[in-house]
Amino acid sequence: MATQHSRSAARMMMAPAVFLLLVWMLVPLSMTLWFSFRNYLPLRGGDLGFAGFDNYVRFVSSSAFWPSILTTLLIVGGALLISIVFGVLLAVLLDQPLWGQGVVRILVIAPFFVMPTVSALVWKNMFMDPVNGLFAHLWRFFGADPVVWLTDASIFSIVVIVSWQWLPFAALILLTAIQSLDSEQLEAAEMDGAGPLSRFAFITLPHLSRAITIVILIQTIFLLAVFAEIFVTTGGAFGTRTLTYLIYQRVLESQNVGLGSAGGVYAIILANIIALFLMRIVGNNLDK
Amino acid sequence: MARSVSTQRKALNTVLAWSVGLLIFFPILWTILTSFKTEAQAIASPPIFLAFDWTLENYAVVQERSNYMRFLTNSIIIAGGSTILGILVAVPAAWSMAFVPSKRTKDILLWMLSTKMLPAVGVLYPIYLLSIQLGVLDNRLALVVILMLINLPIIVWMLYTYFKEIPVEILEASRMDGASLKDEILYVLTPMAIPGIASTLLLNFILAWNEAFWTLNLTSVDAAPLTAFIASYSSPEGLFFAKLSAASTMAIAPILIMGWFSQKQLVRGLTFGAVK
Repeated sequence: MATQHSRSAARMMMAPAVFLLLVWMLVPLSMTLWFSFRNYLPLRGGDLGFAGFDNYVRFVSSSAFWPSILTTLLIVGGALLISIVFGVLLAVLLDQPLWGQGVVRILVIAPFFVMPTVSALVWKNMFMDPVNGLFAHLWRFFGADPVVWLTDASIFSIVVIVSWQWLPFAALILLTAIQSLDSEQLEAAEMDGAGPLSRFAFITLPHLSRAITIVILIQTIFLLAVFAEIFVTTGGAFGTRTLTYLIYQRVLESQNVGLGSAGGVYAIILANIIALFLMRIVGNNLDK
Repeated sequence: MARSVSTQRKALNTVLAWSVGLLIFFPILWTILTSFKTEAQAIASPPIFLAFDWTLENYAVVQERSNYMRFLTNSIIIAGGSTILGILVAVPAAWSMAFVPSKRTKDILLWMLSTKMLPAVGVLYPIYLLSIQLGVLDNRLALVVILMLINLPIIVWMLYTYFKEIPVEILEASRMDGASLKDEILYVLTPMAIPGIASTLLLNFILAWNEAFWTLNLTSVDAAPLTAFIASYSSPEGLFFAKLSAASTMAIAPILIMGWFSQKQLVRGLTFGAVK
């Protein structure tokens, strides 16, 4: 039904979006790539010439690199684990018949809409403050010494803050997936004598596997980029410097653009590996 | 659902689900409550839940001290501008991909998605440098464009999945009746697409409103939106819990309400249609 005329019109209508994204992708990317091979220190002499792979080697061999990778893995892994495990439980719970399901959904999803700077500050001060925070009150009530959360349990604290923001998203996606499960299948299994646990393990969980994969991939991409939550709580101190934060510090705080750009290239490669899996799943979905 | 559930079981589910829901919502509730306390009551030990002297003083102080309105205006301009601009660019693209698909449509869609995966920190300096050289550091228009580009893939995807659901037969019928391309888009497609466009608008407004990497790194005074307004509270002076809560409540209230309306679209938008 598409005529030659409508085809060329279609191409023209697509052009602005494609062009803009192409520029947005290629210009900064090629600049980052270029800087990563330069000895570029804007405040200390500017562009001091070609550096070969020095920046790449130096970024990896710096004493901050491996700790930052470990921190990144702990934060991403911790937040993923919490949001998947509790997300599945929450989704199963919300799928049960109950009064006021709509209101509970609204309560559960709310943290996702709170801007990262707000949630980080609220948690930092009103909950984790070692003197006036709610946790400190709670600890004292039980006769324990309040924990200095963001210093003594810094990574755990960041994981709590980030998980609070992302658990709702995981739960909502998993709930949507559960609701598409054919209830007749569950009834048949029940009649065949399958208990609730085996119904969950052999029907619900396999049905959710795809949604879980999607949650993992999408959250990983966002979690790798966590910034504001660290920026306003610890500023990268107490072992909370992630790869993203390390690059940010190299580029804007110590103004070593060459080194930071090399780090940026590493981050881009890392994100692309994850994105590749995500695109395969989403791509398969398009064919249906 | 055919299975009958005992009232007892339903009551148990309800209690459990409400407890979990309130637990998750509690930090927000606590922030809102604290915003109506005096500073002394905000840090009282043991904490006071409801029996305090409700006051609006904190809101007045926050408004007076940090010119909340300017940040709010910036947030509205940046989030609103980037969303509307994004829709204007994305509607034609999504329309053509949904109704005149070619062999490459799927590749183009996936490529667009891949630009969304680009870690912002990897291109931080180039964007920072370009902003300085073009003289648009701390400029609202620059942020409108950047946030538009960041959200464009999601906007295109969402619109594409909505447009896909419009039956092609209606379009064919209008074409047979002699409707031009312009008529077709204006009078046939647009009315049917408005609900989809509206929820795309809503979700992307929320995403742009909460964006906190570019808005923190590329603004200082003139263009600073609410994310930066709140970040300025990260170094406290004296008693400030109640004021922090008031500022936080002011920053999240509008978006929380919008978010509740668009929670269904959230799944669709952020999973690119892969979970329905």
